[in-house]
Amino acid sequence: MTVCLLAYTFLAGLLGPVPRLPLLQETIRNLYFHVCMWFAMMILFTISVVHSIRYLRTLQPKFDRAARLYAGTGILFGLLGYGTGAIWASFTWADPNIPLLDSFSTIARDPKLIGAAVALLVYAAYMVLRDSINDIDKRARISAVYNVFAFVLLFPAIWILPRILPSLHPGNEGNPALDVKNDISAGMRIVFYPAVLGWTLLGVWITQLKIRLQTLVDKKFES
Amino acid sequence: MSKIYSLIKKDFLLELRQQYSFYGLLLYGAATLFLLFMAIELPEANIWNGLFWITQLFICINAVAKAFLQESRGRMLYYYTLNHPTSFILAKLLYNGVLMMAMSAISLLFFFLLMGNPVDKMGAFIGMVFLGGFSLSLVFGFLAAIAARAQQNAAVMAILGFPVIIPQVVLLMRLSSTAFSPLLNIPIPTVLLLLALDALVILLAVILFPFLWKD
Repeated sequence: MTVCLLAYTFLAGLLGPVPRLPLLQETIRNLYFHVCMWFAMMILFTISVVHSIRYLRTLQPKFDRAARLYAGTGILFGLLGYGTGAIWASFTWADPNIPLLDSFSTIARDPKLIGAAVALLVYAAYMVLRDSINDIDKRARISAVYNVFAFVLLFPAIWILPRILPSLHPGNEGNPALDVKNDISAGMRIVFYPAVLGWTLLGVWITQLKIRLQTLVDKKFES
Repeated sequence: MSKIYSLIKKDFLLELRQQYSFYGLLLYGAATLFLLFMAIELPEANIWNGLFWITQLFICINAVAKAFLQESRGRMLYYYTLNHPTSFILAKLLYNGVLMMAMSAISLLFFFLLMGNPVDKMGAFIGMVFLGGFSLSLVFGFLAAIAARAQQNAAVMAILGFPVIIPQVVLLMRLSSTAFSPLLNIPIPTVLLLLALDALVILLAVILFPFLWKD
């Protein structure tokens, strides 16, 4: 299903009709990739936190393993989101008269970029915290606590800050990411929703494979 | 309630008997400020604001870090047998909040002495400084508990804390920047937002701390 959805995304996303907006032009196709990356990242982080909570309730190591690996895949999608976003911004936001790298610091001040950076830093810190503890049970418990704590405090960074700071990024009023109902046309929506689903499922799939591998490694380590 | 009170009293007595740590903190703040004083003379209002909150952030890390790091393993076990985790964490957070508010007030005084006084609405700004010091100390208080359980030092606390604290610091800086200009009004929603965040942190700490402290 993932493969089908993603194949559809690529085909329809690259070939299908799109509205031609000033400045954006054909780069609007990046919507199917860039926005989906962030959706997938947030969904994966949320799955990670849910597993952390379940770990704290049950203390079964399999939930801890899942929480860690989902966070890892989330970071990967976040980095990909930055990559696709940078390509997009270089065609739309950057001033063509000055070199691309010089406009970086102006672009990087955008509150959505800051929010995303905070999310990635939090999960990088989560990884550092995990690796700094040797005792397995303690590591699982402490990092689960940090995961929940940081995730809850992440919300102001992502949902409140973008609303009070000025920004170039679309979606200034209301939803910080993208107003799906008004910003994009109906034709784009039938590609966009399957694309979100496809990328998220790809992330889940990658993580499931990693979890199985890690389970086998742990079993071998124990025996 | 009485347990919280006696725990706070214990921390306060400890502070009185080991005064070196308080003076150390004071010296830390003063030395940082003197360094700034040497580096920049009479900064503009927005730079003043930025420097002030960054200084608060670093003082806060040092002030709060020792709250949990000073407790030895054996003593933690002793508390564990005596107290409920909720009252323990609440006592710690409250005590650190008050300590940090005192530190904020002292460093504000130093700032006025050395870096000039660009503040227009004095009363509001002092209120914001207290609110800010309290908010910072709450977040770092809980992170200090995590770092102490992981047997790590204050550096790990900074790594864990900086990404989490960014939204609050940005809110605080924007809030306090209104106190510098006679034209701008104090945005009440931002104040309420900060208070809501404080309540959220306390709630999270109360929910999550019991998991941290079992061994």
